[in-house]
Amino acid sequence: MSASGSADGDRRNGGRRGGPVRRVRGSMVPEAEFRSYYGRPILKEPVWTWEIPWYFFTGGLAGASASLGLGARLSGNHRLARSAWTVAGAGVTAGVPLLVSDLGRPERFPYMLRMFKVTSPLSVGSWILAATGPAAAGAAVSDLLGIFPRLRRVAEAVAGLLGPALATYTGTLVADTAVPVWHEAGRELPFVFAGSAAASAGAAAVLSTPAAHAGPARRLAVTGALLELGAAQAMERHLGELGEPYHQGPAGRLARLAKTCTAAGAGLVAVGGRRRRGLAVTGAALVLAGSACERWAVYKAGFQSARDPRYVVEPQRARLAERQRQQPEH
Amino acid sequence: MTAGPRMGFFTDTSVCIGCKACEVACKEWNMVPQDGPLRLSGTSYDNTGALGASTWRHVAFVEQQRDDQGLRWLMSSDVCKHCSSAACLEVCPTGALFRTEFGTVVVQADVCNGCGYCVPACPFGVIDRREDDGRAFKCTLCYDRLRDGLEPACAKACPTDSIQFGELDELHERARRRVDSLHEAGVADARLYLEDEGDGIGGAGAFFLLLDEPEVYGLPPDPVSTTRDLPTLWRAAALAAGTLAVAVAAAFAGGRR
Repeated sequence: MSASGSADGDRRNGGRRGGPVRRVRGSMVPEAEFRSYYGRPILKEPVWTWEIPWYFFTGGLAGASASLGLGARLSGNHRLARSAWTVAGAGVTAGVPLLVSDLGRPERFPYMLRMFKVTSPLSVGSWILAATGPAAAGAAVSDLLGIFPRLRRVAEAVAGLLGPALATYTGTLVADTAVPVWHEAGRELPFVFAGSAAASAGAAAVLSTPAAHAGPARRLAVTGALLELGAAQAMERHLGELGEPYHQGPAGRLARLAKTCTAAGAGLVAVGGRRRRGLAVTGAALVLAGSACERWAVYKAGFQSARDPRYVVEPQRARLAERQRQQPEH
Repeated sequence: MTAGPRMGFFTDTSVCIGCKACEVACKEWNMVPQDGPLRLSGTSYDNTGALGASTWRHVAFVEQQRDDQGLRWLMSSDVCKHCSSAACLEVCPTGALFRTEFGTVVVQADVCNGCGYCVPACPFGVIDRREDDGRAFKCTLCYDRLRDGLEPACAKACPTDSIQFGELDELHERARRRVDSLHEAGVADARLYLEDEGDGIGGAGAFFLLLDEPEVYGLPPDPVSTTRDLPTLWRAAALAAGTLAVAVAAAFAGGRR
């Protein structure tokens, strides 16, 4: 923008004033005053509804469970493999209808596979789901019914290897938007989702596997929970003021609930271990709840972030000021 | 498809009189349905509020009380920017959004499945989903009229030539001359918005002459297409997926305890 003129001269007037004098992250320039068009949002809030955060949860659960199932199979823990593959199959089976029903034109769901676009995480993710979904569901059915064992091995390899991608692409999906609290957390969100997915997969397997066979599931629930908590912490620190939605309103409440459930749940799973199954089961249920709340917190934070023009204007103003400081002529 | 010169809008807000003929002409020509209940926003004469699925031209009214010069009216007709680096088009998974031979960005209604990804991707909050229809809609820069050699309905209807349509290169030159003459006339606040191809959206097919900071009109001061950061975003996703795989593998390292 070849901005010129004496905008600073009448900065006190016009537009809507709002917010106290504040400093924007990464900038030494204090914002003089925030202006907007009658406080109206600049961005559109997402049109997505409740299906999307639940899909983030079920897709992550399915993806990480597929990897857990493959690991269990390779290590010869077939009891754990059965639990993990059942969860993975159930996760994708629940996830696909959620995605379809959120579309404005559900009957056009197949159009998701009209092309492959690397610039669209939703396109890439649709292909990942198209490969992982049938493989995971097929592996689960084959394991439960004991049919097509050779085909099952192929399906397990496909789903197990693509599972981590299924669990993390959704973080990139929301980051690849103009919503500040999502976009600026692009480096952390996939890790939040990876941790949340691992924690939920471990927890679901703890719930559905006898304690003697559930050792790897307990360990995955705990390491996943730690990754989820650590990545969320890193995300909020990196976001600075843009991360305010994680401390306010619905997103703030969900984020607090997620942290509490995940931390308490992981602790109980670790303490419960193999012997005190009651504790481990209670902990696993809490970890699952924490994982779901984390996805909901991220989802809700996006709406709160898009709604407030301050999150758009202030960082962009700081960026412009920084650029003008480096090139005074422009 | 033979690509001709890139066509676009230059909206000179210094001569906008807020008549909303552009809004009406757009609605009429494109048969855009009513956008919610009729109302005034309660803040000046703006009754459409913002661009959306059923508002493809939006006239903003800003009333400024300035200590030294009294009241000042700013009026501006906003529209889809038809960005060179268009996030809506890039994130669209179905290919419903495409770039035309005129360099404009258009939704193919027969392809859009209403996934809604374009909505939060737009750095200007332009495109939206029509809830009763389920698909995404926005300004087409009158693609049908352009193909017949006509100018877009809003530009045709604008009585003051605030909305100018033409070849983008020529519009850029005209805009620079206009800013210079306004500066000479003492309008120091005049500045161009989105005419620079080096900006975060690679320049726009619809750019503006404004008399105040962009955010005063509800426009982002330094928009960036979200897909600019995709290499970083994908790298993070790959690293996170790898971390998840390692976490699973590590869970089996301890044997069957």
